[in-house]
Amino acid sequence: MAMTIHVDVVSAEESIFSGLAEFVVLPGEVGELGILPGHMPLMTRIKPGAVRLKLQGQAQEELIFVAGGLLEVQPGLVTVLADTAIRGKDLDQAKALEAKKMAEEAMAHQASKLDYARAQAELAEAMAQLAAIERLRKVKHH
Amino acid sequence: MPSGKEIRTKISSFQNTRKITKAMEMVAASKMRKAQDRMRAARPYSEKIRRLAANLSAATLADYRHPFLAKNQPAGDAGKPKRVGLILVTTDKGLCGGLNTNVLRQVVNSMRQWETDGAAEIRVTAIGNKGFGFMQRLGAKVVSEVTHLGDTPHLEKLIGPVKVMIDAVQNGELDVIYLAYTRFINTMKQEPVIEQLLPLTGERLGTHQGHWDYLYEPEASVVIDDLLIRYVEALIYQSVAENMASEQSARMVAMKAATDNAGNVIKELQLAYNKARQASITKEISEIVGGAAAIAG
Repeated sequence: MAMTIHVDVVSAEESIFSGLAEFVVLPGEVGELGILPGHMPLMTRIKPGAVRLKLQGQAQEELIFVAGGLLEVQPGLVTVLADTAIRGKDLDQAKALEAKKMAEEAMAHQASKLDYARAQAELAEAMAQLAAIERLRKVKHH
Repeated sequence: MPSGKEIRTKISSFQNTRKITKAMEMVAASKMRKAQDRMRAARPYSEKIRRLAANLSAATLADYRHPFLAKNQPAGDAGKPKRVGLILVTTDKGLCGGLNTNVLRQVVNSMRQWETDGAAEIRVTAIGNKGFGFMQRLGAKVVSEVTHLGDTPHLEKLIGPVKVMIDAVQNGELDVIYLAYTRFINTMKQEPVIEQLLPLTGERLGTHQGHWDYLYEPEASVVIDDLLIRYVEALIYQSVAENMASEQSARMVAMKAATDNAGNVIKELQLAYNKARQASITKEISEIVGGAAAIAG
């Protein structure tokens, strides 16, 4: 039986693959990486592309597409932290700017001082309503 | 005493309300299951990335210090942060009991505390409509926001608003970032929490076993930067997923209570209606009897 290595491919939203493989090929940032069992500890970024897994006892290779991410290799373990979206400095920056702009627009007209009194009054009112509902419920049950 | 017709109209209006709350309860119940699944699905990633970050913080900090890990709080002030960032996770929609109110109340208390402790600046990133609206009315400095996340949280939507905060830490504009959301404990119990997100605390990372260092490609600092940003994003994503599970559970419970209440009101109205009807019948009979007696007499 051939030597195997445990491979986990996970994204922030779900676990994509977990199992044993004999050989893994990944699109590393500085070039294709082929990883066999017993590889030395390595950490690198990966580019968008396909992760190819040679599974035990299967001629067909398993293909998983990832939108980039990070790769960690330990002698018996390969972990791919896949991104759910294509990342890039410019892309992220654009998203940040958009989120900032939206907030700024919405905040355009407002007082500068923190209005705690009003906020607390508002919250107190909501809490009182909830408490009243709770009391009403209890009364009804008796 | 209201007439029979008035009560009948009221009963049918309450019956309609009950139909709606019942439907909302069932919708929330089915969404809750999905939200819980998603919350669990996100765990392996957080777990893995946490372990990696722990390995890293132990293995490499000798030659490279990252602002996320550094204790960059100004010395002399006993660790009281001067510039605070807050990432506030709330729901987009209402009708979920006291969920948002509870977390917002805690947030207001904390913000007050920070100000009395001498925080010069508080910046807020609002995730979710309710918190955003509240912070606007409060007059807080909202630097970024994301609303209308829908039923499925996507990390992609969070990247932008979160980056605004992360950048502020990296540029040294903020000392500390807190994350406020509602933790999902079980269907009946959700708990508002405010925890420190950055700088990353030792307890979050856990302890490191074994001693080795990785080979880094292209170089350590670049990889660590990427990893830590993803770690922070994963933590926030996890909190958003938990918040959504909490939201659906709270809504389900609130709508169940509303349905029960509507049922009680209908029961009481029915009783009043029956009484009114009986009274009018009795009245008619006594009038007939009275009339008959008058003729006979």
